[in-house]
Amino acid sequence: MSFVTGLKCRECGRSYPIEPTHICEFCFGPLEVEYDYEKIRANVSREKIAAGPPTIWRYRDFLPVEGDRIVDIGAGYTPLIKSNNLAKALGLDNLYLKNDCVNPSYSFKDRVVSVACTKALEFGFDTLSCASTGNLACAVAAHAARAGMKACVFIPADLEQGKILGAAIYAPLLVAVDGNYDEVNRLCSEVADEFGWAFVNINIRPYYSEGSKTLAYEVAEQLGWRAPDHVIVPIASGSMFTKIWKGYNELAKVGLIDGVPTVMNGAQALGCSPIVTAFNDGHTHAKPVRPNTIAKSLAIGNPADAVYVLRILRETGGSADVATDEEVVNGIKLLAATEGIFAETAGGVTVAVLKKMAQDGRIPRDALTVAYITGNGLKTQEAVIGHIAQPMRIKPTLEAFEEALAKREPTLALAR
Amino acid sequence: MTKRRVKLTFPSELITEPIIYLMGKEFEVVTNVRRANVTSTFGWVVLELDGEEDELDRALQWAEEQGVGVEPVEGDIIAG
Repeated sequence: MSFVTGLKCRECGRSYPIEPTHICEFCFGPLEVEYDYEKIRANVSREKIAAGPPTIWRYRDFLPVEGDRIVDIGAGYTPLIKSNNLAKALGLDNLYLKNDCVNPSYSFKDRVVSVACTKALEFGFDTLSCASTGNLACAVAAHAARAGMKACVFIPADLEQGKILGAAIYAPLLVAVDGNYDEVNRLCSEVADEFGWAFVNINIRPYYSEGSKTLAYEVAEQLGWRAPDHVIVPIASGSMFTKIWKGYNELAKVGLIDGVPTVMNGAQALGCSPIVTAFNDGHTHAKPVRPNTIAKSLAIGNPADAVYVLRILRETGGSADVATDEEVVNGIKLLAATEGIFAETAGGVTVAVLKKMAQDGRIPRDALTVAYITGNGLKTQEAVIGHIAQPMRIKPTLEAFEEALAKREPTLALAR
Repeated sequence: MTKRRVKLTFPSELITEPIIYLMGKEFEVVTNVRRANVTSTFGWVVLELDGEEDELDRALQWAEEQGVGVEPVEGDIIAG
């Protein structure tokens, strides 16, 4: 049993029953899941959550699913790491990293798809579908496999081999669409209309997006039940950003944390930054752009939740900034070299923008800050492959090693 | 007859042009604005279109040729 009361239009406020639908029939605004927070308050406790499974499902009372058939491959409850070295490099005293690289299919998308797949089964669908440039494809294919559902995953025909493999291994029907970005978008919108499938980010979107709230619940729990002073979140469609904010506020609403002092900060890649542009220009809506960035997991030119992201940025006194492709690569390398975390390009965007915000004081030195690192670097190796040190190649003799070491790392050579 | 819902985005130079009126006049489509926001620099209109499949395609292609952005109302369907 859940504490869901229905769906509600985020624009005009009209109510709808719990069905596989996502758009208000009246104003075409997006629909969002509503809950009875008084009932949640009466039912949850820190102890009950602590006794739950080490996955997103420990927060089940806040998720929109019924019944016992949960599709759980272990998404969530990922480490929150106190940063020492990166914090020092950036001039921050109280930095934490939420490491979502270690999810089952190696990105935060496992959180949203675990909820979407569970809900799709509950609605009686037998096919799970999505259109993706990488992370979502992997998560959908993996969860459908676990659920015993068919999966149909649309990808752009020019997608890198590594990402195709990451989804193909779970044996979905992979459809490589030979067309530009807009054409793939349009086709998938038509397919979603024509076929009776659970398209996770279309007709299941209100439920799917709720999975991202767990990124807030976990951080609050891992910090000893409090919300951070600042967070920095990478922005693509903006769904994760808005749901992290919703998650902290829900915890406060039901009394699990005292309040939400959190300043929400956003990061985008320069080559696809419609929300940062709108934020800087003082606009309430974002103009669509054609993406051109190595951060493909953030390459959403027409972000569905832009208007809500802009509102939260301004309401919380947050900031938004961009990273160039070069800064993205440097951000990935800095995170890896200082904290041992190999993030994909979205993580590079986050670290690069965090660096700027720490340098100019937008994120104060002593603020308890959480940076969300949302995907694994093994998925975007092509972004860094030409930018890392090559191995020292030597003959198999001690002499050859000593010679090469003296040339490459003289201090190491002298230290023996 | 088919209904289609789209989000049209207008660059500043097209804000003064009667694009939606012309779409209904030049093509056999019924236009119905559900939500909109227009400023001096940018405008968007969430629109329902009613008509034959081919005529809807032609009308939207014409709008794109005028410089109007035509997007799904959901925003981008492709995700990362």
